[in-house]
Amino acid sequence: MAALTVEIVYRGIFQKNLAARIARGIVLSSRKAGRWGIAFGRYGDSPQRNGIPAKDFAIVADSKEELEQNMARYEPKEADVTIALDDTLAKGVESWAWYGLQPINKLTVPNGTLLMTSLQSFDELLKDIHRKDAPYTLALIRQKASFSGLWVYREDHTEARVLGALARLVPAFLPLDAVCQAIQEAEWGSELKVASARKAYDRVETRLVTPGEGNPETPYRFELPRWWEMREGIAIPAIPIGKPKEGGKGYVPERNPYFKKFTTRTMRPVIDFDKCVKCNLCWISCPDSCFDVMPDGTFDANMEACCGCGVCEAVCPVEHCITMVNEAVFDDNASQWEMWRRDKAAYRRWLEEKIGDKRATVRSHGFRFRGQYEEELKADLDIGGVEITAGIPGENAAHKTR
Amino acid sequence: MAVATTAAPAQAEDRELLISGSEAVAEALTLADIDVVTAYPIRPYDTVMQAIAKKIANGELVAEYIVAEGEHSQFEIVKHASTVGARVFCGSSGVGWAYAMECLVVTPPLRVPMVCLVGNRALDDPGAFGVEHNDALFVRDLGWMLVWIDSSQEALDTTLIAYRVAEDRRVFLPIAISADGAFLTHSQALTLVPPKAKVDRFLPRYDRGDLLLHPDNPITVAPQANEDWVMEIRRQNDEAMKRAVTVIEEAYADFRRIFGRGPENPWFEEYMTEDADVILVGMGTISLSIKVAIRNLRAQGKKVGLIRLRWFRPFPTERLVEALGRAKAIGVIDRDYSFGSPFYAGVVANEIRAAMYNAERRPPLLSFISGLGGREVMLEDVYKATELCYNAARSGRSDARTHWLGVRE
Repeated sequence: MAALTVEIVYRGIFQKNLAARIARGIVLSSRKAGRWGIAFGRYGDSPQRNGIPAKDFAIVADSKEELEQNMARYEPKEADVTIALDDTLAKGVESWAWYGLQPINKLTVPNGTLLMTSLQSFDELLKDIHRKDAPYTLALIRQKASFSGLWVYREDHTEARVLGALARLVPAFLPLDAVCQAIQEAEWGSELKVASARKAYDRVETRLVTPGEGNPETPYRFELPRWWEMREGIAIPAIPIGKPKEGGKGYVPERNPYFKKFTTRTMRPVIDFDKCVKCNLCWISCPDSCFDVMPDGTFDANMEACCGCGVCEAVCPVEHCITMVNEAVFDDNASQWEMWRRDKAAYRRWLEEKIGDKRATVRSHGFRFRGQYEEELKADLDIGGVEITAGIPGENAAHKTR
Repeated sequence: MAVATTAAPAQAEDRELLISGSEAVAEALTLADIDVVTAYPIRPYDTVMQAIAKKIANGELVAEYIVAEGEHSQFEIVKHASTVGARVFCGSSGVGWAYAMECLVVTPPLRVPMVCLVGNRALDDPGAFGVEHNDALFVRDLGWMLVWIDSSQEALDTTLIAYRVAEDRRVFLPIAISADGAFLTHSQALTLVPPKAKVDRFLPRYDRGDLLLHPDNPITVAPQANEDWVMEIRRQNDEAMKRAVTVIEEAYADFRRIFGRGPENPWFEEYMTEDADVILVGMGTISLSIKVAIRNLRAQGKKVGLIRLRWFRPFPTERLVEALGRAKAIGVIDRDYSFGSPFYAGVVANEIRAAMYNAERRPPLLSFISGLGGREVMLEDVYKATELCYNAARSGRSDARTHWLGVRE
């Protein structure tokens, strides 16, 4: 093997700069080892939408000729290493670019590597990660997803940790010394970041995944129509008007039959139907019309349409009626209302378990109050993290470090 | 000798009016009972705008007449009106047409059967009013059908035909009718205006079918789409342009049947080409001086003919190749330029060169540029072109360069 292809799957916008830094870091590191490389994003992901899975790529090769074979494309057909920067991506990738649901390991070559940042166990993750008929290595960096606000870069060393882990996983292309040298010399480099990379090199956990291990579901897919099957004039039929839920009551809107949102969310609303006052606010505010009106007048969030934005939680006037919960703790997309109707006591146990899991529940797209960033940095340090520098993207962090 | 331009005798019901090409278009728009027209003045197109305004003011035509604040809005407004089922008309000239470019680009993929008049005008700079064809040729690659005319009668007839073709469900593409500034837009000629009853037989109502924007037919039009969709959308446009060939031929055949006039060959006029050694090719009113020159040359025993191209898009490749293959030399006189193109020629010359590439009979082809900015094409210019063509016919070889006729040198 004389070329290495790495894909970096991330949450659109929130991790855009992080993914780009990792892709650049891979190329710059391999350059230190005498190789050539390119870094690029999947153009079809642009313009990125909040949380929509997107991809960056880094390809490094021994020669410029080998590199050329891999250039001028939107997306490589296979990747030696797949990096997922958010463990809810274990459920798959539905990009902005209409590919259906792509398993997170779809491009990963046989005996390749899937590297994730996650606090979940291997077995928990493999409930979500789709089966593959070839073996591969699942590697974990033990940290939660590095999320920033829109366009902002979060200076928590995730890029250095990923590069350090790669030095362990694919040393032929990214020897640790080359990685450390690249980090040190890069525009965002510092001694602390080198230390983070070395720690990740030591701490990265791996487990071989055997063929057939993983989520047995068939991923959602569809065929794109041929030119003569499409309506002319770039005209798309409107989504038809919906129907009552049952017995002439309630309302279920029709939805886009192709673009599901199974994997676009990192959180989902958990609804306490006993607390609902049927005020309609979640239903009105949802930008994706994800709520179905139930026959009793309550609102069930349909997981085919929810993108996990959290507006419903924000507008709900009843305390603890709607709670956004980390997507990683759910194993299916079943209706919460149906579960509640079947067995109210069981539903309450389920609901309290999901909401009660604080570790899983705390999750943020950016920051919800002033000072949250500083609080999180301190919390990270308290559980054994490294001190964070004051680096700013595009500027030399070294002389800003005190 | 074939003389295709012979005017048919006036039908009893026809009115004979002395009108300009622009006024003839306005007569056709009245007969076609258009619904929405937008206007923004630029010479020479403004003559048609004024003529329509007069029609509406006189109560001869009931239509929305919207004065836009610029050409960009002008073309956007009719685009939208067309998607809700209105028969629309629009137009511009020169840099005004250029200012509308963004809207001109989106009109074919949205399959809007807009008909518009381009009063051909030189592009700025310098700010000249006279004719050049580069303005209309801007859109030659984009899915616009392009037709050139050379008389008031043809202006009227072609406008009616244009609606019939553009609004055919098999096509649904916009048509730009090109009329040479001054020579056609501003000079008046005797023109037959048919009665409305005949036009109604020829031109059905515009039916947008499943593409109609209407609450009863909820659709989204013009969404953002990425690389997964664009090639299919372009391929649809390609197919519509191919289907237009049949639709144009049907329309001209019906036009002749109903109105008792009009050419058998929709695509181009052939003037004295049957026995011609040299065939000259041009578009628009350049035909007038060439025809006079040809008659003089014939008197000297020189067998010269003219092919006046009407339809530039879709391009009549097979028919043109067949007609030109009969000559011993071809001379294409462009009223446009394409700086830096092969042989530094004009657009029509290179288009024909490309069309002839696989032809069995491929006579030498010479390219000429003349009449830019409305400069008159003189008989001497045509004589000179003919002489160069005869030289090429004798040697059997093209001189592989482009001659500027009528430039001070």
